Amino acid sequence: MSDDTAPAVRFSGLHKGFAGQRLFEGIDLELPRDRITALVGASGCGKSTLLQLINGLIRPDEGEVKVFGAAVDYANLPAMRRRIGYAVQQIGLFPHLSVRDNVAILADREGWSAERVKARIARLFQMMDLDMALLTRYPHEISGGQAQRVGLCRAMMLEPPLLLLDEAFSAVDPITRIEVHAQFQRMQQEEPRSVVMVTHDMNEALSLSDHMVVMAPGVVLQAASPDTITTAPADERVARLLEARA
Amino acid sequence: MKTLMTTPVLQRSRRGLSGALMVAGLALASLGALVTSPLASAEEKAAAWPEDKPIVVGSKADREGHLLGEIFAQVLEDAGFTVERRLGLGQTIITYQGLAEGELDVYPEYTGTLAHAILKLDDVPALEKLDELSREQGLRVLEPLGFNNTYAVSMRRDQAESLGISTIGDMADHPDLSVAMSHEFIKRPDGWPGLAAEYGLSQVPRGIEHGIAYQALRESKIDATDAYSTEGDIKRFDFVLLDDDKGYFPEYLAVPFVNAALPEDAVAALNQLAGSLDEDSMQALNARVSTDEQSFAQVASRFIQEQGITTEQREVSGAKWDKLGTNLIEHLQLTLSALLLACLVGLPLSLLVYRNPKVSRVVLYVTGLLQTIPSIALLALMIPLFGIGVVPAVIALFVYSLLPIIRAAITALLTVDPLLVKVARGMGLTRREQLRHVILPLATPNLLTGIKTAAIINIGTATLAAFIGAGGLGEPIVTGLSLNDYDLVLYGAIPAALLAICAELLFELFERLVIPAHMRGLKAR
Repeated sequence: MSDDTAPAVRFSGLHKGFAGQRLFEGIDLELPRDRITALVGASGCGKSTLLQLINGLIRPDEGEVKVFGAAVDYANLPAMRRRIGYAVQQIGLFPHLSVRDNVAILADREGWSAERVKARIARLFQMMDLDMALLTRYPHEISGGQAQRVGLCRAMMLEPPLLLLDEAFSAVDPITRIEVHAQFQRMQQEEPRSVVMVTHDMNEALSLSDHMVVMAPGVVLQAASPDTITTAPADERVARLLEARA
Repeated sequence: MKTLMTTPVLQRSRRGLSGALMVAGLALASLGALVTSPLASAEEKAAAWPEDKPIVVGSKADREGHLLGEIFAQVLEDAGFTVERRLGLGQTIITYQGLAEGELDVYPEYTGTLAHAILKLDDVPALEKLDELSREQGLRVLEPLGFNNTYAVSMRRDQAESLGISTIGDMADHPDLSVAMSHEFIKRPDGWPGLAAEYGLSQVPRGIEHGIAYQALRESKIDATDAYSTEGDIKRFDFVLLDDDKGYFPEYLAVPFVNAALPEDAVAALNQLAGSLDEDSMQALNARVSTDEQSFAQVASRFIQEQGITTEQREVSGAKWDKLGTNLIEHLQLTLSALLLACLVGLPLSLLVYRNPKVSRVVLYVTGLLQTIPSIALLALMIPLFGIGVVPAVIALFVYSLLPIIRAAITALLTVDPLLVKVARGMGLTRREQLRHVILPLATPNLLTGIKTAAIINIGTATLAAFIGAGGLGEPIVTGLSLNDYDLVLYGAIPAALLAICAELLFELFERLVIPAHMRGLKAR
């Protein structure tokens, strides 16, 4: 992660298939740094696969994935992954750990002091409108919206330069979702970072992202700003996805 | 032929320090023998048996064996030897292997059993021949005690009379008699197969433990069973022994079967018993134990005094069972060491294989297969490898604990929510950290259930360890069975049951300590 000008993520000549079915056949794509990029498309288009190729949960059959200019080092994934925050739709808080231990699980492994952990959590909780009293509770003792925000805090604990969100806003009701959106945007203003988010919700992509990648199964239809996508969709399929939004 | 697979390492492990001391003692003694060469031959014999080495007296689990074993032990003690008792050991295979492997030094055996079951001969040769063949294995057959305890077939007197059965051959006319024979008798060529052929018997015998056969016969659950002609219960329960009019059963003269290295003084002490017991007196002695409710030690001590072998008054306990505390501790030691060993092997093994379904399946098949070996057979298989006593018992229990522990562990590890494992990987935890902080804590409730199951199975199975001389709560059970004494059986069975309940409670307490409250419910999911 040395190159200061390299894009956050670059896929080149990417091939990937599952169980004999080909999905990507030679994808070349750059995702800009310090921006929120949304990967959108109908389910099965490969947007979540693309996301997991970034943190090495999935490996390409062919081609290369570079993060901030450095090729993914499959021999040393844990170290790389600690610089890439990761939050998923089902949140995935560990039920046997308190909220504090969930959020601090990586910081504790990194040997952070108790004060440093506490200060970092205080800042994250303030940005996310979370009460510090939640720290001693277990995941089953907090609401879905709180759990979602705790999950985001956990992903950002080590101040990673890149954050991956896999449908991370979709497990809550629409009103809570709007709140979480606002808190997330505030966080992005205070601590700007490169974000890659996967969503099936066109509205969410349009309102949150600076850059959009619209996908159909195995192919990128259009990669552009939300404005360009809405005013000048590249083709019929992009236009249909735009119309489909409620 | 004498030893199957006894390696020096195993020898050392079961003899421990005393083995090392023995070797050192032998070396010193032989040095002494060299210096005082004129006296060498007498010295050498004494030197072969260090003074502090106890003579281990064994017996099978039946009452007569137990009683004769106790008589042997007391006679040897009166002759000044230190004696270690290992009475009530399973069946012939266990006592014979014990003697052949040097775990026992003497036990009562019968010439018929020696010839057929041990030396695999077709007939029962003269005593000299038996002794000669035994010496080839480093064993000796001493002078017969006098009585012939041959096999017999026994029935209730009233039924035998009403059906007009007085000889074994008469049974052929009543093919629907319910016949139950001891397992050993059914298998031995000189047992049921030969008997049925000789007399044309068509009944198919069920296998029954000899200790409960008389009870079953008395309550008309069965009509005929194998008996030993000197058993006290035959008179007591008013059974009849059917005539062996074709002379099928060979002689079963009781003899001390001993290690050939036994010092001559000890042999002489045992030979004092030669010819001292005829059928009637043996039956009377057996009856004293069963009807008069005297302890083996009391009956043996009185007999030895009556024989004039000793004039000393021996302090013997008349208490029915005076070592329950020891048995309980032995039982706990057996169970806990086997459980610990199984955890130490089973848990790492499960961690190693659970992500590979094929290997997991192989491991489960193998441990499952081990589980199906009947416990008494497994214990018998352990003897050539590990001798008798605590070591083979712990290993057998360990083998039985593996399946519940490994099955529970693999299931527990596999059923950890894959999303949580993916999140743990995706956030950058190393494999070790994933295990330590996510997978193992989530698997713990199910894992503990497996260990608990193994512990409770162990507590039950460990009662069988008494068959191979490992002690434990099985000792009063085995003795009680050989005496038809149900009180004594309960002396062992009730503490074992209580122990199982305690184990259950202790595990619950432990779960409370290590698993957060809300995670305990997850087990049910």
